[in-house]
Amino acid sequence: MGPRVSLLLLIMAGLVVAFAPLPVRSIPPQTRTFKLDARQFAYSPSELTVNQGDNVTIQLVSTDVVHGLYIDGYNVSVQADPGQTATLTFIADKPGSFRFRCNITCGAMHPFMIGKLTVGENDWLYRSIGLSVVALAGVFLLTKQQAQIHYDKD
Amino acid sequence: MTKIELTSHTFIKSALKNRYPQLVVLVVMLAGYIFAMMAGLIGTPVGSHNFSIVFVWIAWWAILILFAVPFFGRGWCAVCPIPLPGEWLQRGAILNPPNKKPKWSNLRWPKFLRNIWLQNISFLLLALFSSVLLTTPNVTGIILAAMLFTAIALSMVFERRSFCRYLCPVGGFVGLYSQTAPIELRVKDKQACITCDGKPCYNGSANGYGCPWDVFPGGLTRNTYCGLCTECLRTCPNDNIAINLRSFASDLEKPSARLDEAFKAFIMLGSAMIYAAVLLGPWGALKDAAYHVGTSAWLIYAAVFLGIVFILLPSLFALCAFRLENFNSFKKRFTTLSTALIPLGLMFWVAFSLSFVFTNASYILVSLFDPLGLGWNLFGTVNIVWQPILTPILAPAQTLVLVGGLIWSARTALKASNEAKTSSIPVIIYCFVVTLIMLWLLL
Repeated sequence: MGPRVSLLLLIMAGLVVAFAPLPVRSIPPQTRTFKLDARQFAYSPSELTVNQGDNVTIQLVSTDVVHGLYIDGYNVSVQADPGQTATLTFIADKPGSFRFRCNITCGAMHPFMIGKLTVGENDWLYRSIGLSVVALAGVFLLTKQQAQIHYDKD
Repeated sequence: MTKIELTSHTFIKSALKNRYPQLVVLVVMLAGYIFAMMAGLIGTPVGSHNFSIVFVWIAWWAILILFAVPFFGRGWCAVCPIPLPGEWLQRGAILNPPNKKPKWSNLRWPKFLRNIWLQNISFLLLALFSSVLLTTPNVTGIILAAMLFTAIALSMVFERRSFCRYLCPVGGFVGLYSQTAPIELRVKDKQACITCDGKPCYNGSANGYGCPWDVFPGGLTRNTYCGLCTECLRTCPNDNIAINLRSFASDLEKPSARLDEAFKAFIMLGSAMIYAAVLLGPWGALKDAAYHVGTSAWLIYAAVFLGIVFILLPSLFALCAFRLENFNSFKKRFTTLSTALIPLGLMFWVAFSLSFVFTNASYILVSLFDPLGLGWNLFGTVNIVWQPILTPILAPAQTLVLVGGLIWSARTALKASNEAKTSSIPVIIYCFVVTLIMLWLLL
């Protein structure tokens, strides 16, 4: 098998790892409610995990200044005044890992006031690890084949 | 890939030899730099609305790490305004060499400091305070002013661009990563340099100044210390200087055996991972520790930061190079193998910066037309609502960059291990493990 064929096979393997559909665990959607405290410059809890399809309600409570909560990928947001509770409800229909962050300027470290929402499994992380393994296998295989070609020429 | 000599094109060559285009760019950059400095010092204290924070840490950083360094190496250094005022004073001229030079000290930089350890330290000093620096306009203003005035002061005492070469916190990593860029300045014929009378590229002539970076172009084999200022293009009497397009990372095929550069690679690799955890992670306690400078939490954070970049990462890597023999051969193997971390570190910074820049890019238009945060609304852009951009492609782009970096460093490790006459497997495993950590931090 020549290097070009190997490269083609490796690219195909990479595409399979990146995009092949995975079996979906069918878990009936639930209603999930989280009380999220926001203070400069952190959320507590800062990591939320739900199942895909869950109806998620976040009660955002700001304990110091006005804070917001914006969820990347879902493009939904809510803002809470100090001492007040604001509620955000959405269906967690997109799987994966999403950052949520403050969208109201709340102080110096505001751009880095970040939390993490995981919906179902963080498949992309596992796929990325798989791609790394395929990539390394490719480097070894192609290097070996190129060395063999040079050896044969000599 | 065969090299393509860009300077063989008359237009490119004359544009580079002529001092006016470069001067125009530099003056515009200097004006922007001084404006950013002043905006930091007198503008709004709200970082996300202050020109200094938005333009230095979002716009400039994005251009530098996503574009300038990977494709132009030290191209940024060629247009950096920081050394400009000091250099004008040192030379006593803005354009061509004057008939009579001013009598500054023009001392040689101390021999024991002719390395990048000071750049490693200056980068780490900024990195330890980065949470404050990246978010507080007046701190950014003070740092910009400090860099400008330090460069001026050093130009009055030492010859050439001592600040750029030995102290600039940015120049250290730009130099390291410039080895991966597909552009280089080299001589066409080394023999012509050997026989060249007076070496005007290094010593200067009526046509131009001696190399500001204290480099003899005839001996250039790597991009690390060439600032692409094109001064040698003007002074070479033999038309022997070329700027070439080449394949990426050509310099890494001749690994450096310098410990200061090896540690630069660890510092940059570790800093990218720590920044990803502190600035992009969900851990509030970590952000608190990094931001509250001087508290016991910050001291612990600083100690852990330094421990990771100076002890943990290098000592684990040392295991990859370890073999029972004398220290010198171990050191050579260690430094040679660390070349593999250069492409990986660059790609870590690209992946980190994608997240940082995509999230905060919408601040750029707001601050462009209200740079001091005084409520101006020059083009109706002030009311643009903050919104992350390109969110759906962020994670796949970061994966591509990190996996690409892993492939690149694995290939570099294979070459470096041939040079070091040892196995590449431990180095590749090391690169794989740190890539997994970075993937976990970012995804």
